Amino acid sequence: MGLLEISGLQKKFALSTAVEHFELDVQRGEFVSFLGPSGCGKTTTLRMIAGFETPSAGAIRIDGVDITRRPPNRRNVGMVFQAYALFPNMTVADNVGFGLKVARKPSAEIAPRVQEMLELIKLPALGNRYPYQLSGGQQQRVALARALAIQPKVLLLDEPLSALDAKIRVSLRNEIRAIQRKLGITTIYVTHDQEEALSLSDRIVVMRDGRVEQIGTPFEIYNFPRTGFVASFVGTLSILRGQVVDPGRGAIRIDGQEIRASQGLEGAQVGEVRSVALRPEIVSLHEPAADGNRMQGTVEDVNFLGSIVRIRVRFGDNAVSLDTFNNPGAAPPQLGQPVTVNFPREAVLVLEGPATV
Amino acid sequence: MTRRILGSWLVILVGALYFFVPLLGTFEFSLRYRRGVYSFEAYRIVLGDPRFHATFLYSTVLALATIVVGILLVVPTAYWIQLRLPRLRPVVEFITLLPLVIPAIVIVFGYLRIYNSSSILPLTGSARATDVLLMFSYVTLAMPYMYRAVDAGLRAIDVRTLTEAAQSLGASWATILLRVILPNVQVAVLSGAFLTFAIVIGEFTMASLLDRPAFGPYLQLIGANRAYEPSALAVITFAITWSCMALIQVLGRRTPGVTAGAH
Repeated sequence: MGLLEISGLQKKFALSTAVEHFELDVQRGEFVSFLGPSGCGKTTTLRMIAGFETPSAGAIRIDGVDITRRPPNRRNVGMVFQAYALFPNMTVADNVGFGLKVARKPSAEIAPRVQEMLELIKLPALGNRYPYQLSGGQQQRVALARALAIQPKVLLLDEPLSALDAKIRVSLRNEIRAIQRKLGITTIYVTHDQEEALSLSDRIVVMRDGRVEQIGTPFEIYNFPRTGFVASFVGTLSILRGQVVDPGRGAIRIDGQEIRASQGLEGAQVGEVRSVALRPEIVSLHEPAADGNRMQGTVEDVNFLGSIVRIRVRFGDNAVSLDTFNNPGAAPPQLGQPVTVNFPREAVLVLEGPATV
Repeated sequence: MTRRILGSWLVILVGALYFFVPLLGTFEFSLRYRRGVYSFEAYRIVLGDPRFHATFLYSTVLALATIVVGILLVVPTAYWIQLRLPRLRPVVEFITLLPLVIPAIVIVFGYLRIYNSSSILPLTGSARATDVLLMFSYVTLAMPYMYRAVDAGLRAIDVRTLTEAAQSLGASWATILLRVILPNVQVAVLSGAFLTFAIVIGEFTMASLLDRPAFGPYLQLIGANRAYEPSALAVITFAITWSCMALIQVLGRRTPGVTAGAH
């Protein structure tokens, strides 16, 4: 039994269903990310956990206690918002101590706790500043300290880094993860940024159109996506469509060239059109292993990305992208040049449903 | 470009002359109490008049009561509309505009019909109850200004997120309103309060028809019977109103962080 249990959660609005059949058990101290595009229901789910939205059906339990209908101020759930939401009329210290004052903690307890939180976020000297005197990154760290000061059972973060610039985003996300590990606090993190989700989470819940597409560790989500949507949403991916030749051997013909997937194509019929996916980093122009796949095509596009050169090779109706490290001693291939691409059988991801791209 | 700037300055100059010349004329006239010399005699007489003190104090107390009741009525209403009932905003805006559309004399005759001594709520039956009625009528009169000021203040902050942030930290509705929302619309509330004060301090129609000893009817009484003192009173009233406006500006600039809160 997890610390946070969500069962059969559903949220219907007048004209649409935002979330349905949402099931999740989050273990104590676990960091779980809700990942998906805009409108997939991830924020609505988070807001239902926080108590800002009332579920149409289902239940939310924290530590075995049903909090589905409990008002937000009685859930002991800390929340960090995208827009920081610091109280502009209060200093940093007053912001951090607000929840403790509301809980009528004695002043002798509040002051050291506030200082402890400010030290945790590495802003020990800024207690007397007002929010408008801080940078965006500093404001979000204060918001994190404020949410943690009340020692919530669950910490909820709603796209907390979206409003920050790229460099600060990376450093702050590392800081969030370090603080979460240090405190061992159960955390739900909403993001549409797959890199954030992959780098931060113990588990990722990929959502689409109000439903859970896949729940798994970052390794599982990235390497073994179960649907075309997950495959295309998480990481860069080439999806190839072909006809099944031999389901037992995992053989599929793509634009007249046969390749094999090590996981097989159980359940597929011969001649059926199925989709497989390939990550660009696993495809190469070098010689394959003896039992690897190889396909011949022509270079359609070459993108120089600095340390990496991304090349797109077309076979016919399908194309594959591949990444090579930049090598000043070897120029990338020319457009239109015939090449042979290689990839191991294990790298061929067989998708469950029809591909979305 | 230069012609446009000159044109702008010309418009400002004409506007200033239109506004200041009558005021300067009134001021100059108020200084002529003594023949042949300028003096502040009219001001001395007015400021020494016990009726001035009594009526000014009465109107000040009534203005303060109006401000308190107005804030208690308007701030939670505007907050709730912004937070939960944004679709009702046009309806509420229309209602708050009604006092500007319906003349004060119509409103006060309505009150006299509804709250006369033979009604079930005979507010005109005693002086104290009429004071209460007058105060509520001032709340109505000042509502367009108070509501707009508060609504503008609430729109400048992220009401929903601030509310949710406070809720997630355990705050009740009363705590949210008093410690999070109100301090962040403090400047707007003060603007509304000073506008209310300026309206109430010089209001004549309602106070006169309800027969209450307010500053407005005193201004009218002096104006009808004296020569120089009304001009002095007009200048004093202007000074009070301008002081209110100046206070709005000063407080608006000095409140830390409040305007920087909106994201």
